[in-house]
Amino acid sequence: MKTVTIEHIVKTYPAEHGTVEALKGISFEIDQGEVFGLIGPDGAGKTSLFRILTTLLLANSGNATVNGFDVVKDYKSIRNCIGYMPGKFSLYQDLSVQENLEFFATIFNTSIRQNYGLIKEIYEQIEPFKTRKAGQLSGGMKQKLALCCALIHKPTVLFLDEPTTGVDAVSRREFWEMLHRLKVQGITILVSTPYMDEASLCDRVALIQKGGLLSVNTPKGIISEFKKTLWSVSADDMFGFMKAIKKDPGVESCYPFGQVHHVVFKTEENSEAWLQQIAVQNNYNKAAIKVIEPNIEDCFMALMQD
Amino acid sequence: MEKENVIVTHELTKRFGDFTAVDNVSFAVQKGEIFGFIGANGAGKTTAMRMLCGLSLPSSGTATVAGFDVYKQNEQIKKHIGYMSQKFSLYEDLTIRENIRFYAGIYGLRDERIREKTDLLLQQLHMKGAERTLVRALPLGWKQKLAFSIAIVHDPAIVFLDEPTGGVDPITRREFWSLIYEAAGRGITIFVTTHYMDEAEYCNRVSIMVDGRIDALDSPANLMQQYASASMDGVFLQLARKAKRSGD
Repeated sequence: MKTVTIEHIVKTYPAEHGTVEALKGISFEIDQGEVFGLIGPDGAGKTSLFRILTTLLLANSGNATVNGFDVVKDYKSIRNCIGYMPGKFSLYQDLSVQENLEFFATIFNTSIRQNYGLIKEIYEQIEPFKTRKAGQLSGGMKQKLALCCALIHKPTVLFLDEPTTGVDAVSRREFWEMLHRLKVQGITILVSTPYMDEASLCDRVALIQKGGLLSVNTPKGIISEFKKTLWSVSADDMFGFMKAIKKDPGVESCYPFGQVHHVVFKTEENSEAWLQQIAVQNNYNKAAIKVIEPNIEDCFMALMQD
Repeated sequence: MEKENVIVTHELTKRFGDFTAVDNVSFAVQKGEIFGFIGANGAGKTTAMRMLCGLSLPSSGTATVAGFDVYKQNEQIKKHIGYMSQKFSLYEDLTIRENIRFYAGIYGLRDERIREKTDLLLQQLHMKGAERTLVRALPLGWKQKLAFSIAIVHDPAIVFLDEPTGGVDPITRREFWSLIYEAAGRGITIFVTTHYMDEAEYCNRVSIMVDGRIDALDSPANLMQQYASASMDGVFLQLARKAKRSGD
């Protein structure tokens, strides 16, 4: 049995002129014990899907199940076996750290002691501040408390909506290390993120854009779907070089990536000589050109263009 | 020839009670430079930026921004800088044209100049014909590009960008950086914070704050060489892991 199934889910919202289609009939499944990443920018439909799966929002059409329970008919059963951490901090700001945790444990008919093993490692980091009101915690500590509250009833499926947005690179890495320790305990995790580099930390990912799926695969599988040759180029004047490359009719795309640009041609012939020629014709020096393997962001942008 | 400095700080410090948020920070930013201001949550970036924008008085040390003193001339500073963040940008229930007119008016541009600027800006952003659209109805990427253009509508000496590309799709994120390059080319100094380390590599120079201090400041290429790392991500991780403070 699949832990999560999603079949042709459509969600629309009323807008000034007609409706906005937040989810355009998407389908995919998540296996037991997977860390599954939902990757896409703001407005892609990630939060709508989370709210449908956590039984907080009704889809216009389509079916979805969590642990075999239907999100509409069996919503009470689903609420008992999942943990949900919304993108917006949603704990009680005027309760202390400990009071929030006790509150959520009580709601689920359990106690902090009963499932302490699951949260111990995370909770110990915020324990020195257990009498502080949640509203007065730093961003990183709020995030850890929210994760503890989502775990305290020992859920089998964890839904994390953009847990790392606005979080610095070090804390992001630590957060992912925490997720992998939870995975080892058998918890299935659906996590959304706008950071493409986090895809490689998931078992499988769905790339989502404007309510539709661009691809569902393992990170390696998504990269292998990129069929064209990808060139990494640099020269002394990077911005000028990019403008010159983009002007060339044979070029399909040219995007900056840190210190280099990534270039794809419409056809595959003589691409290296072609790039050298653009550099020489425009008097750019120190041109460095090589073939590289695409990353998830290259794949995402190529799929956006299709 | 030495380039003109737009920001100069010397031992700039901000204390809140016994907590030193910004600790003896000294650096200079040149005219037309794209200056990356990087640090973990809680390293002191926001506090430092607030002092440079004339919104918060330092506890000690000195700083000038666009030639004005942060202690005595903070009203002058506000007139000569632009500011944009992901959180605060435009009025959602005004149209594109109304937002431009509103901000240009706030910055004291004359009516004729506002008309010229509006036309230019709509043309640059390919938003001609959409000027009567409410900002609320725009995709996030459009909003961010519009917000940036409006933040520099008065041709400030410097524009502060606080995580301007958070949550934006990867293509729009790159289009946004093209706008940044063009503005820098026109001589506007860019002071930018980001959590995307590939964006740190687009900057001319990057400073990395750790526990209120600036622990590294150089071009991305020099920093990567110095820390023997193939990317700014690696440089940042090495420096930020030394932090004693946690959270923000």
